[in-house]
Amino acid sequence: MNSSEKQSFLERPGAIRILWILLWAVCGLTLVPELFIERHPHFSFDGFFGFAAVLGFVACALLILIAKGLGFFLKRKVDYYD
Amino acid sequence: MIELPPPAWLLLVGALLVPVLPASLRRWYVILLPALAFFYIARLPEGLSWQVQFFGHDLTLLRVDKLSRIFGYIFTLNAFAAMVYAFYVKESGQHLAALFYIGSALGAVFAGDLVSFYFYWEVMAVASTFLILARRTEKALASGMRYVLVHLAGGLCLLAGIVLHIHTTGSVTFDPMVERTLAAWLMLAGVLVNAAAPPFSAWLSDAYPEATVTGGVILSAYTTKTAVYTLLRGFPGWEILIVIGCLMTLYGIIYALLENDMRRILAYSIINQVGFMVTGAGIGTAVALNGAAAHAFAHIIYKALLWMSAGAVLYRTGKSKCTDLGGLYKTMPWTLLFGTIGALAISSFPGTSGFTTKTLIIEGAVHQHLVWAWLVLEIASAGVFLHAGIKFPYFVFFAKDQGLRPAEAPRSMLLAMGFLAFICIFLGVYPQPLHAILPYQMEPYQAYTVGHVTTQLQLLMFSALVFFLFLPLLKRTDTIALDTDWFYRRGGSLFYRGADRLLNGLNAAVDRLVVQGLARGLARFAENGPAHLLWLAAGPFWPTGGEAETALVRQKFYRRMAVGALSVGSMAALATLFVAFFYLY
Repeated sequence: MNSSEKQSFLERPGAIRILWILLWAVCGLTLVPELFIERHPHFSFDGFFGFAAVLGFVACALLILIAKGLGFFLKRKVDYYD
Repeated sequence: MIELPPPAWLLLVGALLVPVLPASLRRWYVILLPALAFFYIARLPEGLSWQVQFFGHDLTLLRVDKLSRIFGYIFTLNAFAAMVYAFYVKESGQHLAALFYIGSALGAVFAGDLVSFYFYWEVMAVASTFLILARRTEKALASGMRYVLVHLAGGLCLLAGIVLHIHTTGSVTFDPMVERTLAAWLMLAGVLVNAAAPPFSAWLSDAYPEATVTGGVILSAYTTKTAVYTLLRGFPGWEILIVIGCLMTLYGIIYALLENDMRRILAYSIINQVGFMVTGAGIGTAVALNGAAAHAFAHIIYKALLWMSAGAVLYRTGKSKCTDLGGLYKTMPWTLLFGTIGALAISSFPGTSGFTTKTLIIEGAVHQHLVWAWLVLEIASAGVFLHAGIKFPYFVFFAKDQGLRPAEAPRSMLLAMGFLAFICIFLGVYPQPLHAILPYQMEPYQAYTVGHVTTQLQLLMFSALVFFLFLPLLKRTDTIALDTDWFYRRGGSLFYRGADRLLNGLNAAVDRLVVQGLARGLARFAENGPAHLLWLAAGPFWPTGGEAETALVRQKFYRRMAVGALSVGSMAALATLFVAFFYLY
C-alpha cells in the first residue's frame, strides 16, 4: 500500500467499533415506530411486536447456515471442470 | 392507411448498418437507435396490425397493448443505457449481436401470433450467444456452446408445444392458455428454460459471467424478462408457477451466498429476482400481474446497474473473484456509489424502485391468502439484501484491501450508471409514471405507509445485522459450487466413460465369442471337418498297425485332405465304402 495515501475513515482505529454501534442503533430504531402504529397482521402468526425484525434475523441466519452446509457438498476447486 | 412497422424491425434492420459505419459514427448510432425505438413505441397506436398469410395461417406481426408496451419501453430504455455504457467498445461484432438480440426480444413481446413469436425467440438465443463468444476466452467459447445448446433444446420444446397447439386448436394467435393441455405444458417447459427455473437454470450462471463486460450488462435484461413477459401473457394464474417462483427465489439466494465470482453472484440473483416475477404470474390477479410487470421494469434497471458496476470493476482490474477484490472504494468511489444504489434497489430499500414494485407482488400473495408463498417471498426479500445488497458491494469495494488501485470507470460508463441510478431513485420516490403504464386495471396502490416502511426497514436492517454477525461463516473461498450443469458437463463425460466401458466391453466379449470362438471353430471345421468325418467313417477299415502308426497315417490323411491331394484311387475306395455303408444300414 502507498504510504502517502491518506488514511481513510474505515482504516482508523475504532472505526469498526463505531460502525457496529451504528448498526445496532439503527436496528433498534426500526423498532420504534412500531410502538406508535396500529399493526395490521395479514395472517394469524405475524401479529406480535417486531415480527419483521425476527423474520429477517431468523431467515437470514437460516439461509447462511443452509448455504454453509450445502457448501460442504457442492463446493469444488475452480479447475474442477477443466 | 400505411401500417407502422413493428419496432423490432427498427433495430433488426438498423443493425445491418453497424458493420459498414466508421467506428466514430457507429458508437453514436447504436445509442441513437434504441432511443428512437423508445419514442417510436410510445407513438404506436394500440391494436393488431400486419396481418399476413403464412402457409394458410393468419399471422399478426404487430400487437400493441399495455402489456407489450411496458416491456417495449423498458427493453429500449435499457438498451439505450447499455449502449452509452458500451461507448468504449471498438469492434462492431458485439454491437451487431446486441442489436439483433435486443431487436428480437422486442419482436417477441410485440408478436401477436405464436409462429412469429417463436421465430424471434430463436433469433434471440443465437444472437445472445455471440455476446458470450465475443469474450474470446476458451471458457467463454465452451460455455457459449453449452448456452446455445440448452436454449435450442428449450426452443424445440416450445416449438413442439406450439405445433401441437396449432394442430389441436387450429389457431396461431398468442392468447392466454386456459386449458392445461399437453401443448400448453410443453410450451411452458420451453419458456421456463429461458426463465432460468431450476433445474433448467444453470445455463445462466454458467454463461453470463463468461460474457464480455458489456455483454453481461445486456444479457442480464432480455432473455429472462422475455420469458417473464411470455408467462404473464400466456400462463397467468397457473398455480404451479407460484411453487416454481418461490423455489427460484430461495435457490438464487443460496447459490449466490456460495459463490465467489461477483458476476456469478449477480447471475444467481437474477434467478432470485425472476422468481418473484414468476410467482406474480402464478398468482394471476391484477395486482400480482401488475407487480410482476412493474418488478420486471424496475429489475431490468437496477440489475443492469449492478452488472455495469461489476463490469467496470472487471474492465479496470481484470478480476471478478471476491477473493481477488476488495478495498476498491478508495479509487472507484463513483462506481461504488452507483453500485450501492443498485444494491439498495434490488433489496427493495424504501426510497428505491424495488420497494414500489416488489411489494405489489407480495401484496398479491396476501390478497389471495397464500400464507406459504407470502412467507417465502418475505424470507427471500431479506435474503436479497444479504447476497446482492451487502455481499456484492462489501466484498468488492470493502472487505480486505488487496492493494488494487485501479482508475475510476471511464466517463461513458459512469454516465450510463448515473442515468440508471437516477431512475432507481426516481421510481422509488415517484412511482406514479410506472404505475400509470401497468397493464391491468387495479385499485391505486400506496407503498409508502408507515407500516410498510417500518416492516421493510426492520426486515432489511436485521438481515444486515445477521450478515455482519455471521461474517466469519461467509468468508470467501476460491471455489465454485456445483449446479445442475454438472449433469451435462461432468455427467456428459461420465456418460462417455460409462458408455465406453459398456460398449467396448460388450465389443470385446462378442469378439472373444464370435470372432475368436465361433469363427475360428467354423474355419477349423471347414478345414478339417470333411477329413474328420471321413476318418470317423473310414478309420475302422483303414489298415493300420500300432497306435503310433495310426496317428501318423491319420496326420498324413488330414494333410492330404486339406490340400485336396488324396489319390483318385483312395477317393474311389472311400466313396465305395460310403455307399456300402449307407446301403448296409
